[in-house]
Amino acid sequence: MERVMMKGNEALAEGAIRAGCRFFFGYPITPQNEVPEYMARRMPEVNGVFLQAESEVSAINMVYGAGGAGARAMTSSSSPGISLKQEGISYIAGAEVPCVIVNVSRGGPGLGGLTPSQSDYFQATKGGGHGDYHLIVFAPGTGQEMVDLIGLAFDKAEEYRNPTMILSDAIMGQMMEPVVLPEMRPELKEKSWATTGKKGRVKPNVINSLGILDKDLELMNIKLQEKYARIEANEVRYEADGTDDADLIVVAYGTTSRVVRSALSMLREEGKKVGLLRPITLWPFPKKILGDLAAKNKRFLVVEMSSGQLVEDVILAVNDRSKVDFYGKLNGTIPTVREVYEEITSLLQKEGRA
Amino acid sequence: MKKVFSFPRAMTDKRTHYCPGCTHGIIHRLVAEAIDDFGIQEKTIGVAPVGCAVLAYDYFDVDFQEAAHGRAPAVATGIKRVHPDSVVFAYQGDGDLASIGAAEIIHAATRGEKITVIFVNNAVYGMTGGQMAPTTLPGQKTTTSPYGRDTATVGYPIRVCELLATLDGPAYLERVSVHDPKHIIKAGAAIRKAFDMQIKGAGFALVEVLSSCPTNWGMTPKDALRWVEEKMIPYYPLGVFRSPEEVTSCDA
Ligand SMILES: Cc1ncc(C[n+]2csc(CCOP(=O)(O)OP(=O)(O)O)c2C)c(N)n1
Ligand code: SF4
Repeated sequence: MERVMMKGNEALAEGAIRAGCRFFFGYPITPQNEVPEYMARRMPEVNGVFLQAESEVSAINMVYGAGGAGARAMTSSSSPGISLKQEGISYIAGAEVPCVIVNVSRGGPGLGGLTPSQSDYFQATKGGGHGDYHLIVFAPGTGQEMVDLIGLAFDKAEEYRNPTMILSDAIMGQMMEPVVLPEMRPELKEKSWATTGKKGRVKPNVINSLGILDKDLELMNIKLQEKYARIEANEVRYEADGTDDADLIVVAYGTTSRVVRSALSMLREEGKKVGLLRPITLWPFPKKILGDLAAKNKRFLVVEMSSGQLVEDVILAVNDRSKVDFYGKLNGTIPTVREVYEEITSLLQKEGRA
Repeated sequence: MKKVFSFPRAMTDKRTHYCPGCTHGIIHRLVAEAIDDFGIQEKTIGVAPVGCAVLAYDYFDVDFQEAAHGRAPAVATGIKRVHPDSVVFAYQGDGDLASIGAAEIIHAATRGEKITVIFVNNAVYGMTGGQMAPTTLPGQKTTTSPYGRDTATVGYPIRVCELLATLDGPAYLERVSVHDPKHIIKAGAAIRKAFDMQIKGAGFALVEVLSSCPTNWGMTPKDALRWVEEKMIPYYPLGVFRSPEEVTSCDA
């Protein structure tokens, strides 16, 4: 176990290599360039493949090929590039090919800006492309989680034969923090379903997402939905900090959760009963814990760098049992600790809980 | 007694869904024969297109991945990089390869990706009902060029072999036709060579096969074959456009 200072994007890339990823396909876009640049240097050292594709469309289809062929494969990009990958992601989800997609997101719509943003939440958690499907979406909140969650993302992708996504942002990607890197994974075992060439198998392995007869498609979708139900039952991850005795719980993920954490510690020092609920998986969403907290008469504030995307899931989970307020930033800047502190203070005053 | 004709081992016994007189089936057979000849069935992986050949994975008895429309060369790239010792081929139509997948084929070719591409040029979008393709001939009527392809407004057909021959990456490029037995034999030899190139590690190999679509051309199978010979070949000359020996021979 080594402890090193690393930029988030590079920590994530090294974490992927240590998790056994040997195939990276990508296309340049800010603010994720450190990932392909790191992979371009590092892959040859571990007998892996780094390939700069002609577009994000091609990159995700190379991932589909490599993942289908049984390898741990990934791609990374930022928001506009992730939009281009959506066709491929839908095929990958339909064909149940494990792989990891990293979105170091930036502001949109359109060309948007290079500054951090959380406005790809819907795209990440609601499918993103055509059809009824889900990715397992992880939202790292520390440099260490960049390393840990990419490893988990590869494991879960294989366990469920489902694409997984790391939803990060410009700050998480660029910030340097100390991280502990895990040991290199031993060789992975072969997958019985992969396209390797028949090699003596009686039946060929076929990877596809075509259900040309109505029944085929229905069966394919039923199978997918059963899998998603298992994922929802087993893979929800979140951090609850001081939620037990809190009157007001702030819900935030990624970069925003770090700002919120600082504001909350100031408020707690003043004796305010406030807590943090930080989803680590954005899908499956920690709706049960939110529902349970709502039933205990806690109220909520959602802070995110968007016009209100995460807040919709919180409202659904709370289901009218309690009140949900929202504080969002639209201009590609991060909310300051002071802003969040003041927002919470004024909410508490309105409620007479100050 | 010597057996002189049998069903290729690399094909399943499933009945194909191709229309009567469609030459997709002949091309499938040529591919399967090449796989048999080289004894590579156990290490071959195919990539199916979106187009009439979308179900190719049902007809070949080898591992297969179904690609999104036009993306077969990228999918094949991913597979081949993971299994460099396997034999990976993509099977694509003209809409798939020369229109929506133009970027993928050009870049796979220029990278010298060690894959084999079977490119079926039938001058229309077959699966979707006969719309204009990038290879539709000038003046040719299709459902989306009902007055005939007007080059003044929609431009000219793309000659894929000639286009790819401008690149340094490809190892082998040849255009063949399957409109009569003589040409079918030549097409078979070209397809075999395209697999041989990959087996020998020479690099990117593509065979363009001029093919008929009687259904969407509104012709009998016989007339469709004649149309390939009389209309398509003059626009798309047959021959080798790149080979390791740099032989260029045209036989139109
Ligand atoms: C993204 C996308 N766009 C359009 C289609 C519809 N589509 C299916 S097949 C096809 C054209 C196939 O024509 P071609 O590649 O020439 O092959 P053929 O059917 O003639 O063999 C199209 C446009 C699709 N499936 N996906
Ligand atoms: S529509 Fe044309 S290309 Fe498709 S199967 Fe029928 S004849 Fe062949």
